[in-house]
Amino acid sequence: MINSVLLATESAADVAFPALTSLVVIPAIGALVLALVPSSRVEAHRLIAVISTVITGAISVWVLLEFNKNDGGFQFRSDDPTVWVESLGIRWDLAVDGISLFMVVLTGILFPLAILGVSPEHSPKSYYAWIVVLEAGIMGVFLTLDLFFFFVFFEVVLVPMYFLIGSWGHGNRIYAATKFFLYTMFGSALMLVGILSIVFISENATGVVTFNLLELAEGQHWGQTTGRWIFLSFVLAFSVKVPVFPVHTWLPDAHTEAPTAGSVILAGVMLKLGTYGFLRFGLFLFPEAATWFAPVMMILGTIGIIYGAVAATMQKDLKRLVAYSSVAHLGFIVLGTFAITTESLTGSVMQMVNHGLSTGALFFLVGWMYERRHTREIAALGGLQKAAPIFAAAFTLVMLSSVGLPGLNGFVGEFLILLGAFVANPWIASVAATGVILAALYLLWAYQRVFHGPAEGENAEMEDLKVSEGLVLLPMLVLIVFLGVYPKPMLERIEPSIDALVAHIDRNVDDWSEPKAEILVPSDDHGDDHGEDDHGDDDHSEEAE
Amino acid sequence: MLFAQVIDTPDVDVQILLPMIFMALGGLLILTMSSVKKDIPAWFITGWTVIASLGSIVAVISLWDRYIDEGPSSTIANAVGFDGFSLFLTVVIAASVMMSSLLAHTYLVREDLEGVELHVLLLLAGTGGVIMAFSNDLLVFFLGLETLSMAVYILAAMHRRRFESQEAGMKYFVLGAFSSTFLLYGIALVYGATGTTNLSEIQQFLQTQFLIDDGLLLGGVALMIVGLAFKVGAAPFHSWTPDVYQGAPTPVVAFMASGVKAAGFAGLLRILSVAFQPVVDDWGPPLEVIAALTLIIGSFSAIVQTDVKRMLAYSSISHAGFILLGVIAASDRGTAAALFYLATYAFLVCGTFGVLTVLGGEGDQDFSFESFKGLGRRKPLLSFALMVFLLAQAGVPVTSGFFAKFEVIAAAVDAGSYWVAIVAMLAAVVGAFLYIRVLISMYLQEPDEDAATLVIPRTIGAVIAAAVVVTVLFGVAPGLLDDIAQDAVAELNVALTFEF
Repeated sequence: MINSVLLATESAADVAFPALTSLVVIPAIGALVLALVPSSRVEAHRLIAVISTVITGAISVWVLLEFNKNDGGFQFRSDDPTVWVESLGIRWDLAVDGISLFMVVLTGILFPLAILGVSPEHSPKSYYAWIVVLEAGIMGVFLTLDLFFFFVFFEVVLVPMYFLIGSWGHGNRIYAATKFFLYTMFGSALMLVGILSIVFISENATGVVTFNLLELAEGQHWGQTTGRWIFLSFVLAFSVKVPVFPVHTWLPDAHTEAPTAGSVILAGVMLKLGTYGFLRFGLFLFPEAATWFAPVMMILGTIGIIYGAVAATMQKDLKRLVAYSSVAHLGFIVLGTFAITTESLTGSVMQMVNHGLSTGALFFLVGWMYERRHTREIAALGGLQKAAPIFAAAFTLVMLSSVGLPGLNGFVGEFLILLGAFVANPWIASVAATGVILAALYLLWAYQRVFHGPAEGENAEMEDLKVSEGLVLLPMLVLIVFLGVYPKPMLERIEPSIDALVAHIDRNVDDWSEPKAEILVPSDDHGDDHGEDDHGDDDHSEEAE
Repeated sequence: MLFAQVIDTPDVDVQILLPMIFMALGGLLILTMSSVKKDIPAWFITGWTVIASLGSIVAVISLWDRYIDEGPSSTIANAVGFDGFSLFLTVVIAASVMMSSLLAHTYLVREDLEGVELHVLLLLAGTGGVIMAFSNDLLVFFLGLETLSMAVYILAAMHRRRFESQEAGMKYFVLGAFSSTFLLYGIALVYGATGTTNLSEIQQFLQTQFLIDDGLLLGGVALMIVGLAFKVGAAPFHSWTPDVYQGAPTPVVAFMASGVKAAGFAGLLRILSVAFQPVVDDWGPPLEVIAALTLIIGSFSAIVQTDVKRMLAYSSISHAGFILLGVIAASDRGTAAALFYLATYAFLVCGTFGVLTVLGGEGDQDFSFESFKGLGRRKPLLSFALMVFLLAQAGVPVTSGFFAKFEVIAAAVDAGSYWVAIVAMLAAVVGAFLYIRVLISMYLQEPDEDAATLVIPRTIGAVIAAAVVVTVLFGVAPGLLDDIAQDAVAELNVALTFEF
């Protein structure tokens, strides 16, 4: 009797505030309210969008503060997830771990900034409605542990982004929006068949139909070949979203034609759906296939780094340059993901946040520059530093973060990725490292052409950064510096989950163990320096050599 | 001593027949009334039709309780099967009749076609459809099919002053009659092979007997597939669809795409997925090819269309391909998925053609992409509704269309038809492109200066609003409808092997 009462109060306490559900539901409610407010109440639209995204952002920060950093498992998970569709075992099952936590916080922070930073040129009502719908969808992807809902959210984000680009974008916007929509939808089409295959293969093995990620990943009921084929269907979906080298061509168009807020969100969080997918649904769900395909993916990531950098160098349009720099940066994340070492994976997660902050800020700055000068062509700009020194200073800081200057956040992420990748494959890592130099080249060169030199015509009279714009940029700048100087709070929350992921891969792949830096650590003399768990492995591998 | 002999007539369970009786009686009574009294007001005719179809829905609701309590049964010498499957599809068909009748209400006034005929024919076609859903015997099924088809042939040609409508009716009639003979001949061959036309007995026969020489049986099944594929508009028997959809009055097209399709699939599901389930290895692979062809032809042909109504005709072909995935699975999961698809699609398509009824303008023929330009500015609510329908047809999440596609593809994957599932997903992407084309015209292009002002009649507005609500509701909470669909198929096989 007492027990049951205790249990009841306990579970009541758990569901007392469904924080994660509210992260999805509050933006959705915001969109609904927006739809009901008449179009004439222009101020109300912005206000509702700001309120719903700020509340969502505040909850995401609260989740960050409440997050237990010593636990590598899933937290904030309901004990008894709501059954959505009985016959297929679909459940509303949300949780965060160290990997998704920072994606959620990044989403929570970037959305209010994107709304505050720029106003739409027309039809504010539907503009804000689409943005908050987008936030609900993105939060859903990062939070759900159910493959059905994962696919739902993964697809649902296409619609708002399609309208944001198509309706409020620049120039060739309809072409860019359609290309974006069809590319990504095509990419994920086969993933649905893949998801269903593993669900029914597991059902045949266990007799229970479930879409739960953890149960499916623990079960691993599919055979080696089947697993590899299904993994490929997931890889295609995520590769298009990231985008990985051969399927990246939608990105420059979409980024360039999108409105500023669209570009910020697209680069800041939407591309992370793909890289997050690789971690959560690639490595975790198909450890065997992931390790088997890892060399190919590392090479594709490296090609992306070099190709993105070279293409960025050639660009005449500043926004397109930033877009191509995204291809390069995401190449690093893919490289780190498929190097599959604790360092590189931790670096990848951190780099997802870094890229969101630095590229998001760059798109803001380029967007504001376009508002002032009505051109993004590098040749038409020049000498802006004289007229707009604060603007130039902000641009410098963000750019240096993007380049990966030590002391700023970008350095930590790229360093960890390269460190881990070097252990996994020194040759690929060496080639990838040149990408860092190329990044410095194209960004500094662009900066020089845009901000230095003689200012002529309108360039001499460009308005400096406004206070309101500065306030939007400030949180991002603070984070860029903070994470560069003191990344520990972030890394120590990511690492337990990465350790759990690596252990999961180790458990499920027979002939695989995490690559260790054997060259750097002389193990014979300083055996004590090793962690106790690693010791046996090291000895073993040395004998083999 | 023969005078004590009594002719043994089958028992008739009237309660089971109530859904058909309501519709048939409704149609015949209003027809009689119209011949007695010349000018019955339009609102009365429409109201009558709505009440008659509502009557069969109410009858189904009371029958549903009986089905849940007592399980399935059959009546009239096992020729009419009473189970969740028949009840579910009856609601779909009755709802289609109701919605089409409401769409036609102001349409008839606008096109100067007032009269009782369209509504009577809708009710009679609905009766035929319900008979098909209830049939447990190939001959009863054929009876229902012909009742339905005859009525729809005339409905297609209903617009007296439009040449295209006449052509549509004629084409539909000639090809339809042709396909009916295929079906009938198939039934005859199956009778020759199994010795019965009763579906339960056929299933029983196939489960217990092994035919060494099964040419007759398979020939019969093949001919029946041809006949039924024509009715649901599956490739390569689809070529009537675009012409008929384009020519027929828009409210009638709504019924053809929802009610007629549901009735046709009732036959395919009952006959193939249930009665002929034991020989699924024989008819499965050819039907997989038909489904793949239907998906590919439907979605790719739709892209090149310049007329939205014709484009939607092709898209309805590709939807038939999706539903065929549920038939191929030949499992409870597949049948339930097909039922879910048919139910949600009925509302979707009635809503879509409701919007088109408004947009078509006087003469019912202005369906070019041009006429959709800037609709988002001109009529925000109407455009929003059309957007919901088009996104649902594209299978975008949060609309019922997503879960419908999801379930049929799940059933196909579960049954091991991976390649058709992949074709279906790719067809969905191609399909998305064509719905986007309409969305682009609506939202991303400026309206013409001289665009006609649109008035949305209340009855059509009500249908569109109901369809939006259903589409979003079952998109957000598909479990509600899925549970019912699962219940409906739970004892499907039991129903057919009942009472021997």
